[in-house]
Amino acid sequence: MNVTSVPLQAFLIVSSVLFCIGIWGLLNSRNAVRVLMSIELMLNAVNINLMAFSSYIDNNLIQGQVFTIFVITVAAAEAAVGLAILLSLYRNRVTVDMESFNLLKW
Amino acid sequence: MTIAVTAQLICFSILSLVIIIGALGVVLLESIVYSAFLLGGVFMSVAGLYLLLNASFVAAAQVLVYVGAVNVLIIFAIMLVNKKEDLKPIDNLKSRTIISTSICFTLLSLLIRVDLTKVWKLANPSSSIGEESTIRIGEHLFSDYLLPFEVASVLLLMAMIGAIVLARRDVMNKDISTGLPVDQELIEKSKEPLLTNKN
Repeated sequence: MNVTSVPLQAFLIVSSVLFCIGIWGLLNSRNAVRVLMSIELMLNAVNINLMAFSSYIDNNLIQGQVFTIFVITVAAAEAAVGLAILLSLYRNRVTVDMESFNLLKW
Repeated sequence: MTIAVTAQLICFSILSLVIIIGALGVVLLESIVYSAFLLGGVFMSVAGLYLLLNASFVAAAQVLVYVGAVNVLIIFAIMLVNKKEDLKPIDNLKSRTIISTSICFTLLSLLIRVDLTKVWKLANPSSSIGEESTIRIGEHLFSDYLLPFEVASVLLLMAMIGAIVLARRDVMNKDISTGLPVDQELIEKSKEPLLTNKN
């Protein structure tokens, strides 16, 4: 069985929309947890792209799926470290407002 | 149009609708807890898309890692830092929103234009390995992707140690700022934060 009914472009458009929603959330959120969620959305958009290309263009070697596995691994590590940084920030600033993390701002 | 084709189209439409509406909810909803649960729904739908692409192993990994680990971690973080606070108003918030939204729409139109105009060199569907993909992933991970595979384990170990060091309150015997010995008990006590906003 192979996907031929859904065109490749449909997957690419879904991943583009998801990526742009992620960027919008990254730029516009005030809550630091929501920023981390937006990063996860963007990573998922990239994964959809990799999987679609692996299934439509490289459907015998499927190197895209291996790349997706690595992206998922790195995303899990990133989420763990990001949330630990967030907890540390919250401990020192007692807020999760992105606008108050301005120690490095000139 | 056979019934398989129709089923694939219907599944794809439902999954992509759930993904896009759920992602919009994640970034737009007021309550962060609703966002976190919607994020879990988005992850599940992405796993459904992977199943549609004949990648059952990656779909299972997606459900295990994203829904089972990352989303639970996010919900725990919300539970730990969820405090009602009144956000300080920003003076040029409106212009910021307009600029970032226009940037996002420009990027979106650029991406969709590339998606639709580029002619992709599609592979022959008969060469697809289909359900054998898990075997092929295993072959890749232990032959040509062996080094990244091993490095990934080191990366996970580093991330785990780093997360513990960052999230633990007292990893040192002495407090850096005051020089007093810190108590190493498990229960957190209220402590004056180091960098409160003075302005």
